[in-house]
Amino acid sequence: MTNEGVLKGSFFMDGDTACAEGAISAGCRFFGGYPITPATEVAERAAKRLPQVGGVYIQMEDEIASIAAVLGASWSGKRSMTATSGPGFSLMMENLGLGIITETPCVIVNVQRAGPSTGMPTLVGQGDMMQARWGSHGPYEIIALAPSSPQEIFDLTLRAFNLAEQYRTPVLVMTDESVGHMTERVVIPDPDEVPIYPRRRPKSPPGNGYLPYAPAEDGVPDMACAGDGYRIHITGLTHDERGYPDTVSVETQHKMVSRLVSKIKDNSADIIEVQEDLVDGAEVVVVAYGISARAAVRPIRMAREAGVKVGLLKLVTVWPFAEERIRALAADVKAFVVPEINMGQIALEVERCAAGKARTVTVTHAGGGLHDPDVVLEAIMGAAS
Amino acid sequence: MIEELTNVRYAEQHPMDTLLRQDRLPHIWCSGCGLGTILTCFVSALGKSGLDPDKVAVVSGIGCTGRSAGYLNLDGFHTTHGRAIPFATGLKLGNPDLKVVVISGDGDLAAIGGNHLIHAARRNMDITVLCVNNFNYGMTSGQVAPTTPTDARTSTSPYGCTEHPFNLPHLVAACGASYVARWTALHVRRLERSLVEAIGKRGFSFVEVISPCPTYYGRWNKMGSALQQMHYYHDNSVISHGSDPADADVDLGGEVICGVFVDVDKPTCGDMIVRSQP
Repeated sequence: MTNEGVLKGSFFMDGDTACAEGAISAGCRFFGGYPITPATEVAERAAKRLPQVGGVYIQMEDEIASIAAVLGASWSGKRSMTATSGPGFSLMMENLGLGIITETPCVIVNVQRAGPSTGMPTLVGQGDMMQARWGSHGPYEIIALAPSSPQEIFDLTLRAFNLAEQYRTPVLVMTDESVGHMTERVVIPDPDEVPIYPRRRPKSPPGNGYLPYAPAEDGVPDMACAGDGYRIHITGLTHDERGYPDTVSVETQHKMVSRLVSKIKDNSADIIEVQEDLVDGAEVVVVAYGISARAAVRPIRMAREAGVKVGLLKLVTVWPFAEERIRALAADVKAFVVPEINMGQIALEVERCAAGKARTVTVTHAGGGLHDPDVVLEAIMGAAS
Repeated sequence: MIEELTNVRYAEQHPMDTLLRQDRLPHIWCSGCGLGTILTCFVSALGKSGLDPDKVAVVSGIGCTGRSAGYLNLDGFHTTHGRAIPFATGLKLGNPDLKVVVISGDGDLAAIGGNHLIHAARRNMDITVLCVNNFNYGMTSGQVAPTTPTDARTSTSPYGCTEHPFNLPHLVAACGASYVARWTALHVRRLERSLVEAIGKRGFSFVEVISPCPTYYGRWNKMGSALQQMHYYHDNSVISHGSDPADADVDLGGEVICGVFVDVDKPTCGDMIVRSQP
């Protein structure tokens, strides 16, 4: 793979376009997609740009096929991705689980719209946050990032690819229609200076007892790909370190699931990124992500002007959840205010971590628009009183 | 004679051992099932194809046939139900140097995976699909499938199947496949030869193999033992190379039309992607 054709410089582009460019800068060379509002522009950009950098775009017959092709492409050695919105995200849930159990690095972007079902295709929502966490069946951990601007879509898509390789897992970029369709300045770094976490290849050549699921020290196994000569067997069934199915041993299941969970939980300090603004010493902390974090800036300023000590904790990484930070803050603040464009999802996590030490005020919105700043302001003022 | 027999020296290794995962055997398939025979044909065909086994990947879905990938000493991917073909599509497009073979059953490929089957054939995706058709869902103990002949009984069609079945060679041929053949588990030499052709074919190649399921489908339909089903194939198979696959419907108790129905050359999906590069 070369960097020929990879952009660098300052551009005026929408979030969806920046998403595709972030992927290309990260070394993504395969996109399996299916058109869906408001994520279509990611596929369109990928269809135009991937052939220019030696990559492949294929439009599959549905979102189930898209994610299956993305997983297959990852096992061919390519960095691969897809982008979708709610209905397509729902269709991808089963194979998301296949990606998790087979430890397949890949990136899935969800440009969220208002649901449930077909809902409001052209309008914003943040209703898929718990689906991102729990949507596929069975016990697992997931990594999900939530950008608030086109620049962040670029940066976080790039980071998503590196996290996917480092921890060998599908990584979700949970953006939303407002950010995806927002056009702003996006600065794309020199491709030679972009940090790339390379695929964790086996340390020894074939024939030396390589085990596809024997973990390294950080709990993550090295990955041989198809055609490398290791003759790997990869299955969605519960498997041992050889990759062989063992569907009746509780012990094998326990060992496999525990490692899938701990490789993310034990490394959560590395994975979790939050941005804080005037959080220390605050009496109220607004916890928000995606477009809602950005929309919270104005009511927070208004509250500060009214004399309330209010801070903003922006969740850049939504999953795994920043529970240690919320727990620590809960001892010092009166309340958390959580505006999100759903009927209260991340607010439940905040409430769980606050554990009764601080109040959690949920500011709901059914979707289709952003919170009225006055509504969030009112929640902050109420929380402070 | 007896002396000769007692002097038989057992080979240390079976010629196909290198292509099978010895540590996974014995397999889970029932006595009388056609899958062991069919897997043997595939392994023999692969040996004869001259391909480097390190560059061959097998992808399967879920079901009895879906377990095939697990017994082959190749890069093998046992994916989700119905999704072997799109997984294989990503694998092939990601690394065009690989030979990618999908081995799965009729329920996996034609029911839950039916959409992917027709689109891969339409694209002329450069993969081989070996579809083992036993007319029912064996893994879950014999339910009705989109291949179950009308009136045939299964555990979920106890009064007889009330639907028209797929004629799979006709379906994939209509969608644009480059190579389409059908055999039964009885036709081991013809099947092996056909698999060599299919593996060597550039483009979407599809081989359907009619296979006995004496445990479920055979029992529900009073077809007797596996051996009796083999006799049935012997007495009722009609080899008709080049014939119109539209005429190859499978009826309960009727003829089984076999042969190579389609063998054409046309650009593959991968070829056309390369051709369109800016």
